[in-house]
Amino acid sequence: MTLSDVQNGLAAQGYVADDRLAMALHLAQELGRPLLLEGPAGVGKTEVAKAVAAWRDTRLIRLQCYEGLDASHAIYEWNYQRQLLAIRASEAQGGTSETQLFTDDYLLKRPLLEAISAEIPPVLLIDEIDRADEEFEAYLLEVLSDFQITIPELGTITARVRPIVILTANGTRDLSDALRRRCLYSFLDYPSQETELAILQARMPDVEATLAHQIVGVVQALRKEDLEKTPGIAEMLDWAAALSGLGVNDLAQSRDEVQVTLVCLLKTAADYNAAPSEVMDRLIGKVA
Amino acid sequence: MQVTRFPSRAQGLADRMSGFIAHLRMNGLRVGPKETGDALAALSAIDATDAVQARQALCVLLAGDAEDWRRFDALFDAYWFNAGKQRTGIAQTTHVRVQSAKPMIWQTQDQETKDTQSGIDQATTPDPGDGEAEGMGGKLIATRTANLSRRDLREVMDEEALKQAEAAALTLARAIRDRRSRRRKQSRRGSALDMRRIQRASLARGGEPMDLFRKARPPRPMRIVALCDVSGSMTVYSRVFLAFLKGLIGSGTEADTYLFHTRLMRVTDALRDHDTLRAAGRLSLMAEGFGGGTDISGSLESFLSGYGARALNGRTIVLILSDGYCSSDPQALGDVLARIRRKARRIVWLNPLKGWQDYQPIAAAMQAAEPYLDAHLPANTLEALAALEPQFRKL
Repeated sequence: MTLSDVQNGLAAQGYVADDRLAMALHLAQELGRPLLLEGPAGVGKTEVAKAVAAWRDTRLIRLQCYEGLDASHAIYEWNYQRQLLAIRASEAQGGTSETQLFTDDYLLKRPLLEAISAEIPPVLLIDEIDRADEEFEAYLLEVLSDFQITIPELGTITARVRPIVILTANGTRDLSDALRRRCLYSFLDYPSQETELAILQARMPDVEATLAHQIVGVVQALRKEDLEKTPGIAEMLDWAAALSGLGVNDLAQSRDEVQVTLVCLLKTAADYNAAPSEVMDRLIGKVA
Repeated sequence: MQVTRFPSRAQGLADRMSGFIAHLRMNGLRVGPKETGDALAALSAIDATDAVQARQALCVLLAGDAEDWRRFDALFDAYWFNAGKQRTGIAQTTHVRVQSAKPMIWQTQDQETKDTQSGIDQATTPDPGDGEAEGMGGKLIATRTANLSRRDLREVMDEEALKQAEAAALTLARAIRDRRSRRRKQSRRGSALDMRRIQRASLARGGEPMDLFRKARPPRPMRIVALCDVSGSMTVYSRVFLAFLKGLIGSGTEADTYLFHTRLMRVTDALRDHDTLRAAGRLSLMAEGFGGGTDISGSLESFLSGYGARALNGRTIVLILSDGYCSSDPQALGDVLARIRRKARRIVWLNPLKGWQDYQPIAAAMQAAEPYLDAHLPANTLEALAALEPQFRKL
């Protein structure tokens, strides 16, 4: 597989990847290393994983991190209820040995173990790793460097095929150096005007070229304004969908629709007040 | 930055790659021997004779965070294309220089990179007579500057001041640490009996209250987030404040510390180092630009959008140590403080100028900030810091 395969594969899924991201994904597969994606919210970090899974036609296993996430939710857990039932049932038949209780049948696989024990390499998405606690991050190190998980009762389970691991982070906490060293790194920023236009056309081919151009222009200009929450690509796509749903063909001619659909782009009251119709007039005037 | 020169004894790619890794390490990236091997493996997985691909692959592999990511291109050019090299001879034309400076395998790269390359080369005009290149487009720090700031900070952290400031920080942290909830919760030891649970348990004993349960007011410790201004106007006070921050970290209270001038950096981990001098060394590496201009609102903004989500909660006291002289829009400062205010319990501004006689907050930024502060207190000497304790009890 070559670099252009990666780019074409992602493009076929409607994901426009820049050169470095494509290179990162290519290397992640060639070297079998996890890939850490950082960047502001709404630039398509999670979408990458979905696109890769769709392109490779494989499962996407997602682990959403949160504060207090622990091993039993991320790796594995014993099915205590079933074990108890088994004990009860076998007592009636004359006893059981405890070795039978700790087998695959009674193991509840959580995302990480599931990804490791899969036959076909899945895409493992560890989303917002910076929300998890530092202890959990340390736990991840064994999984990410050796692709193995140690279960005291069963022994060490090593991956037969390496999953494609994608981690995303938003920068709410500094990640440890140990984790960063094990990962390839890619920083996704807000896309340039051309890239964003390509994304919009790939995702919503029925939006007319002039309208698409205007939408992207306004969103790009809006990102330069002083906002609390800068609109991401997802917001841009929502807005485009809203506008085309309302049958807008030209932003300058349907100012009312623009103003009411701004709720798709601006998600706080302060931002909404920061973009009154005069400001929008100015932005639209620039791109029209 | 170190002058890069390919030694004539360099034996092929592996040797040069280890030189590149050393070059990155010298410029602050966290890479080691393992990365050298990985880099070679990565190059074999791509078309290594294509400079664009090689650049992308190495960047993806070797950059560890967003900062490295931004600096990588300049560092890459500096090593492989000798862009940071000091030339003492007669200047050749740019074109000839670029061509000769490139390693043989990349002489035939496409036009696009050639353009950016010459652009970078023009940006680096060598400083005659100086032993070191000063960096490219402000991206690389000269080793000499870095050394200077490190030495300064070591002088800043002298033992005596550190001890005093640590003591002041300790009493201060203690004043806000000892917070107890108003509600009583069950506990093993406590002054009051938990009648409800006793009664419930007594049912199992036929109505006899045999098991006694107790309840107490559990502690609800306050957290401190300290943001310290280290810009030019604050140089005189940074001596006191850095020691103070170190004291806060060591006090046993949950504390999180940041330094800012035009950018923000988290220094909690660096200050947690028990070895004071090593802590100072680590700090100085971070405090590049120490003693420059200030952008208070921008720094607070980046704090809020990055660390803020985790660092702030209803039990957090935000300490801002700054004189309020700032180059950015005062209104922006008011806005960002209002947003911090919504997430944190208290905002306290420690202002060294406030200790002066007849001080009035006439700096526009301070005026914009005042309405959002719970307290605006003087802090120009260690004594002033020590005297803050009763004020903090009230918070």
